[in-house]
Amino acid sequence: MNNKNKKYLLQSALILSIVSLFIFFATNAQINMSNRGLQFGFGFLNREASFDIQFTLIEYSRSSTYLRAYLVGLLNTILVAFFGIIFATILGVIVGIARLSKNYLINNLASAYVEFFRNLPLLLQLFFWYYAALRVLPLPQDAGEFFFSSYLTIKALYLPALRWENFYVFLTLFIISIFLIIVTKFYTKKIQEKDGTQFPIFLISVAILLILPSLSLIFGFSSFSIEKPELLKLSETTYTFEGGLEIPPEFIALLFALSLYTATFIAECVRAGIEAIGKGQKEAAASLGLNPNLVLKLIVMPQALRVIIPPTTNQYLNLTKNSSLASAIAYPDLALVFAGTALMQTGKAIEIVSMVMFTYLLLSILTSVLMNWYNKKQQITEK
Amino acid sequence: MAKIIELKKVNKWFDKFQVLKDIDLDVSSQEKIVICGPSGSGKSTLIRCINRLEEHQEGNIVVDGTELSENTKNIEKIRAEVGMVFQQFNLFPHLSVLDNCSLAPIWVKKLPKKQAEEIAMNNLKRVQIDDQALKFPGQLSGGQQQRAAIARALCMEPKIMLFDEPTSALDPEMIKEVLDVMVDLAKGGMTMIVVTHEMGFAKEVADYMIFMDEGKIVERAKTKEFFENPKSDRTKLFLSQIL
Amino acid sequence: MRKIFFIKPNISNLNICLPVGSFLILLSFLDIFLNTFYNLNPSFFIIGPVNKVLPLLLGMIGFYLIRIEYSGKKYLDIFNKKINLNNFNALCTLIISFSIIKIMPIFLSWFIIDANFVGDNKDACTGSGACWVYIKVWFERFIYGMYPASEIWRINISFILIIVFGLFGLFSNEKIKRYLILYYAVVYPILAFIIIYFLVSGGVFNLEWVQTNAWGGLSLTFIVAFFALIFCFPIGLFLALGRRSKLIAVRYVSIGFIEFWRGVPLITVLFMSAVIFPLFLPSGVYIDTLVRAIFAIALFEAAYIAEVIRGGLQALPKGQYEAARSLGMGYWKSNYLIILPQALKIVIPGIANTFLALVKDTPLIFVVGLLEIVGMTNLAKTNPKWLGLAMEGYIFAGLIFFLICYVMSKYSQSLEKKLSSER
Repeated sequence: MNNKNKKYLLQSALILSIVSLFIFFATNAQINMSNRGLQFGFGFLNREASFDIQFTLIEYSRSSTYLRAYLVGLLNTILVAFFGIIFATILGVIVGIARLSKNYLINNLASAYVEFFRNLPLLLQLFFWYYAALRVLPLPQDAGEFFFSSYLTIKALYLPALRWENFYVFLTLFIISIFLIIVTKFYTKKIQEKDGTQFPIFLISVAILLILPSLSLIFGFSSFSIEKPELLKLSETTYTFEGGLEIPPEFIALLFALSLYTATFIAECVRAGIEAIGKGQKEAAASLGLNPNLVLKLIVMPQALRVIIPPTTNQYLNLTKNSSLASAIAYPDLALVFAGTALMQTGKAIEIVSMVMFTYLLLSILTSVLMNWYNKKQQITEK
Repeated sequence: MAKIIELKKVNKWFDKFQVLKDIDLDVSSQEKIVICGPSGSGKSTLIRCINRLEEHQEGNIVVDGTELSENTKNIEKIRAEVGMVFQQFNLFPHLSVLDNCSLAPIWVKKLPKKQAEEIAMNNLKRVQIDDQALKFPGQLSGGQQQRAAIARALCMEPKIMLFDEPTSALDPEMIKEVLDVMVDLAKGGMTMIVVTHEMGFAKEVADYMIFMDEGKIVERAKTKEFFENPKSDRTKLFLSQIL
Repeated sequence: MRKIFFIKPNISNLNICLPVGSFLILLSFLDIFLNTFYNLNPSFFIIGPVNKVLPLLLGMIGFYLIRIEYSGKKYLDIFNKKINLNNFNALCTLIISFSIIKIMPIFLSWFIIDANFVGDNKDACTGSGACWVYIKVWFERFIYGMYPASEIWRINISFILIIVFGLFGLFSNEKIKRYLILYYAVVYPILAFIIIYFLVSGGVFNLEWVQTNAWGGLSLTFIVAFFALIFCFPIGLFLALGRRSKLIAVRYVSIGFIEFWRGVPLITVLFMSAVIFPLFLPSGVYIDTLVRAIFAIALFEAAYIAEVIRGGLQALPKGQYEAARSLGMGYWKSNYLIILPQALKIVIPGIANTFLALVKDTPLIFVVGLLEIVGMTNLAKTNPKWLGLAMEGYIFAGLIFFLICYVMSKYSQSLEKKLSSER
């Protein structure tokens, strides 16, 4: 009984001290804020933000609200994280496989890349791309054309843009074709189970995905025109490009730094995943008469993915959190727009920083809940 | 009887080290051959060459009328006809025992799932673990795993079965259950090449014994003769150590 | 490929294939080499697109011809195995080596040949390459930040002192060895703090007081990393134990704490330390920015350390806990004597990796206005007398960070290997 009492005492003491610390902080904060004439509250979110944001995905102007500014920042964070994850995955998988190559040069080149980029602070890499590498690019008037009238200049990367008419028809067909692929997969599997016929599902899927949406173009239900960026003279010496898609250098630098850095970690996950499958598994599969493609599809990939996916998701999360470094190079992400500019203007430190923190926290918790679910599902089939 | 496996002057090196030296071997249909010898003598390499898990560098290997060469279609065809059982079982841990067995019939023989699963269940019954069919390999004992591995190989209805030290990784009390299955299989008329140190098993089922040392076939004899009257000194020495 | 070539290279025609193949490879490399370094095009007589891929073609044929298995020639066999396993492999080898030859002159000329090393202002940099003069002139700032030049000896002395006290453990005999943990966990951090506080900060013993916002450069990197490391480890240890505690309140507080820090980016934690934390203190109480930043980093990394240590605790067989309990040991005693020594040994590589991450995170203190080496290079490039030299500064800072992190990561990898072979 004595021992039990001790346990309760200890726990109550812990909770009590945390609560009193919280109260201590809260009273201090109240006193400090009232001294400065501030009041706690989220009412400011509906007030006019009256600052500009360079790069926005949704409509935004100086007269928009702080809440709108928050959304703009959040969307910019998601945008760079989304593309960063795609590029980092592609690069990471390639490098991870290259690390396993029997070719001495490929192997060492890949490991040199991994060692180099993972041992440099991300912030330094970001500064390097933004302030050094992208600064040696030519001015708009000197920029050469590359890859279908795209221009890489010191001001931005200009790409030809697609201007759609009746885009929704195309989009509907695209969604239908994805739906169709799922249905085909389901039915081919049924047929295979029934009489053993195998279908080249991958080829069929690609064909569906290519043909069906392009039908809308062929029959003219929807159409697009390509808008090329055109050089425009602003004054005697300054030029710019107009039209097309303009990608700001902040975004490019951030994307470069994030994907090159994260790809090194993903590469290690991929390598570990593939290495985790013993030689015996491949030999056993081969000795049953499975061809190398089937060995990869049925034996290696399902096992490797189990090892690869959880740590890779963690890296995706890290990439998203690291995208907050954007504030160092003035890419208007959540941290810069909200915890930077908005905080300066309103002085609502507690409200704003906690909003930003909880946004990231929510992303993390969602991801880890998803991951736990995935791991549990895998574990059940394992044992 | 027709020769189902023929090896002529097969040589193989691992870098500088020669693992197989001028191997000549014929196996007729339904023959059972047991290969023994000290470790590192090239026994495993020899049978791994027969379904080309290892490549030989010189000589010819003909399995069921098809010569093994770089032609991948030939290799896949032969591998489908030659079943192999490994020392470490090598069951696929992400698939249930039933799926382990029906995998190759579905994807290689292109059988309907139902039929493949019937074949799988029959073979699991044959090795007496049909009650474990829905479990995963990690949940089975070593002996059960090895029997499942034998069933998996049998599902392809192979003409030849290769066994690479099938009982070496097992606890003593489980060896018997695996050997019983193998004896049953032998009595059913399967062509078998077995690398093993289980001399009791060899005496019971083998038609021929082969003793290998340093990459060479030192002695090949009828089972009775091999044990009662071995010719080479090395065989005698080996037998005296192992029996 | 075999259908195209009539000859199948093997050991019997080795004497023809090897010289011809080697000659073709040599030719292909010569072509690229002359192309890059002397701007010559020896294959001018072949026109059209073939000219561009000629070296690749020659090289491929050459590699094909010398791909003879078990030739009996030791070096040829190694060569074939390492970089000439099959046609695809040979193609990769050629493309990689040609690219290296093509890129090398650009790097060489920028880094060394066209670079400037002598001088003391930007005008000395006349070459088209790097301006290393900039690094030379700014070197002191990159290492010591804005610390007064006449007082720099104080930083040097205190670093030497800290290292000397840190090496103390190496010279200890059996008698004092058991007090080492106490020394490193309690005495050494306090000692280090006193040294930094009195010597670097100053204000006593006739030493000029230097504010922390004048500190900077590599020395600040070290100070931040050192103290954050020292603090994050014990916090992480207690969090890990807390997360596995049987007391519900303790467990959930630990889980909440760990998951909170792991869920947010470090930059927002630093924001918090800069703008929110001062609000939480009674008016009149002020904690220095640097101290706040160090504690923010330490708390943040402690959550990661906690998860690493938890991994080690989970990896221990249950029998160890039961054995310790059966000997009549209490919670703290069994953890201190039995569990932790084993668990920590397993997770040393993981801890080293977290420390590595911490070192790489230190530049983020720029958000609270502290400039360590990356921040300093970033500041220096905006100096009107030295504009346009960002590249050199970042390369210098990168080199230093790379050296530190590379050595650390290699060390942790070797530890990992050593530990896995011991078990």
